Amino acid sequence: MTQAELRLCSLLLHEHFGEIVEKVGNSLLRTGPRPLRLLVGDTGLLSDQVKKALCVLIQHNLVRYEVQPRGSVEYEARSERILRILRYPRYIYTAKTLYGDPGELLVEELLLHGHLSMSCAVARVADRLTETMEDGKAMDYAEVSGTFVRLADTHFIQRCPMVPEIPPSSAKVPLPPAPALAIAEKDMYVVPRLSLVGKGKRRHSGDEEEEGEHKAKRQKQEGGSSETPPDDGIYWQVNLERFHQHFRDQALVSAVASRMDQTSSEVVRTMLRMSEVTTASGASHTQPLSSNEIFRSLPAGYNIGKQVLDQYLALLADDPLEFVGKSGDSGGGTYTVKVIWGPRASQAPPSPFPHLSLIPVLPHRFGSRCARIFRLLLRKKHLEQKQVEDFAMILAKEAKDMLHRMLSENLVSLQEIPKTPDHAPSRTFYLYTVNVMAAARMLLHRCYKSVANLMERRQHEMRENKRLLEKSQRVEAILASMQATGAEAAQLHEVEEMISGPERQQLETLKRNVNKMDASENQVDETIFVLESFIESTMKRL
Amino acid sequence: TSMAGRGRGRGRGQMTFNVEAVGIGKGDALPPPTLQPSPLFPALERRAAPLPGGEEGEYMLALKQELRRAMRGLPYFVKPGAPRRDIERYSDKYQLSSPVDSAIDWNPDWRRLPRELKIRVRRPRKGRTAPLIPKQHMALDKEETIKKLESLEKKEEEVTSEEEEEKEEEEEGKEEEEEEYDEEEHEEETDYVLSYFDNGESFGPDSDDNGDEAVY
Repeated sequence: MTQAELRLCSLLLHEHFGEIVEKVGNSLLRTGPRPLRLLVGDTGLLSDQVKKALCVLIQHNLVRYEVQPRGSVEYEARSERILRILRYPRYIYTAKTLYGDPGELLVEELLLHGHLSMSCAVARVADRLTETMEDGKAMDYAEVSGTFVRLADTHFIQRCPMVPEIPPSSAKVPLPPAPALAIAEKDMYVVPRLSLVGKGKRRHSGDEEEEGEHKAKRQKQEGGSSETPPDDGIYWQVNLERFHQHFRDQALVSAVASRMDQTSSEVVRTMLRMSEVTTASGASHTQPLSSNEIFRSLPAGYNIGKQVLDQYLALLADDPLEFVGKSGDSGGGTYTVKVIWGPRASQAPPSPFPHLSLIPVLPHRFGSRCARIFRLLLRKKHLEQKQVEDFAMILAKEAKDMLHRMLSENLVSLQEIPKTPDHAPSRTFYLYTVNVMAAARMLLHRCYKSVANLMERRQHEMRENKRLLEKSQRVEAILASMQATGAEAAQLHEVEEMISGPERQQLETLKRNVNKMDASENQVDETIFVLESFIESTMKRL
Repeated sequence: TSMAGRGRGRGRGQMTFNVEAVGIGKGDALPPPTLQPSPLFPALERRAAPLPGGEEGEYMLALKQELRRAMRGLPYFVKPGAPRRDIERYSDKYQLSSPVDSAIDWNPDWRRLPRELKIRVRRPRKGRTAPLIPKQHMALDKEETIKKLESLEKKEEEVTSEEEEEKEEEEEGKEEEEEEYDEEEHEEETDYVLSYFDNGESFGPDSDDNGDEAVY
């Protein structure tokens, strides 16, 4: 793990779980898997504090444990998973676009708590949705359950590994120090048969006695819910990989749209949607789909004829970027969508996708002419100094300067091709080339550093203005309670005046800056996703 | 390693490769050697591109800030114990609100965790001290009824956080395990009923609101 990743993980843990959890996580990240007593020693924390921290980390899938042969339990931090905390807003927003408010809140609750049972998740979300509804209305559990089932069916959420059943005969056998959690592939998306009946409840502040009665009645109706819930032991978590697949599909569709047209992108989107759950993660192509099937699955609004569809498919298959491949002729022709990111094993040109993200970074840091040289090298693979100058139409002095800058940043590298066996310098070609993996890694490293810097600066800004922020919050609280008790406008104004003009200005500036930094963190995470996907899929092919 | 090496600046020494091939012409001055680390804030050659605005970006920004705020309030945000008081006071023994680190604020499913991690679950105690004493001395068969009544009573209370409600829902199935630990780790070694003791300090070090850091 690089220093940049370590620093970012630390910051994320600290911001979301506090100092104690951060210390424990840090120790595991920096020193590797270890047992509890070593952790206590290293962190200097109290034993109970470390235990608490581990419980939290395990609950959120950030740390895993393993029983060692000699019986001790070792804990290991999952660094790549910790970095995903940055992406939580994107997962939640995606769930909203696909499944509306219930979907959004279900995913949010699962992320906030690490994992939950279905009954618990549905109840919590129903309550939250009820809060936002008009008085007297409440969200029915059935609607939330329905969304839960759809999320499971499309694999966006999955079941957690389960505690093995302990057969009664082995009651005399001592329990293992830690359970060996496991789940079969086929069970991962199976929703337990529950009859979740009820509606969300509001948090009332008045008339508690009546509330109590109503609640008691409702409890009886729900059939003794004070006993163990019907889905006891069955927990659900968000399936991050599935969201990532969705993001990749989105990027593919928009790449097609920008290269061809809206209709072509819709065709590709349809094909991807049909293949959502049949494409194994890491597969390079979707399963073959016949053009007849595709035609039937096009969205209702799309009135293109079958022949037109066939023409589009042919066009897509012919495109040199090979978004779509033709795999056979049955059913009017069968087609697949190429989903892997990275150079293909065959002689075909490498996938354009990583380049799409590398390129925007360049003009902003290095200038548009550097970017031109970079694109040139990507296309031509290897070029001598002189050739770069000619093809890019840039003056020798400038080209040289840019190439050297990019060289020092590892965006391009120099390759020697000796003409003679003695490798004499005067008889050797020196070619500039883009080493895509090195460039991707360098940029990714930069991204981690950027986000860490953004977070630190944002926290610094908040600390610097702490006094003013607290004052502002107190004033808000006073205003709110005064309004609730029906204070007059003059009185309210007096309270508002407690914050002076310049102070208001300062608060505005602070808010603007913090928003900018938060938005930037989200933005950089998008680039992190693209680069990590590229690197991961390229590594798989090696 | 880089091209920096001996001979640099001193009338250019020999290099192992033909420098012309990489574009360093004869007689060209090479840049001077770098003698110090690069500045902390190098001059910005060009401004960064503006952030993409739009509904999606705005919504995700709001989500991010809301998540941050929410997570600080959840029991998973482990707060360090309050610093020790300067003098050990007699009343400390009776302070229910002192943050006892040997307790966890939520009820994990202990079946899923290594046994060595199990610690006492801290029940929501805001203003309710009575249940603790009767619980310890109650016979087991009466326990269920008392607990049911207690949890119903508790639900009537104005709870200030959703998490406590959830805790109650989860706790209802797990009373026995909790009980084991309450008895093992007595807090009170006294005959006095705690609810009678009031040392006048109504604010304890264990204030659950996030007073120390404002969250945006």
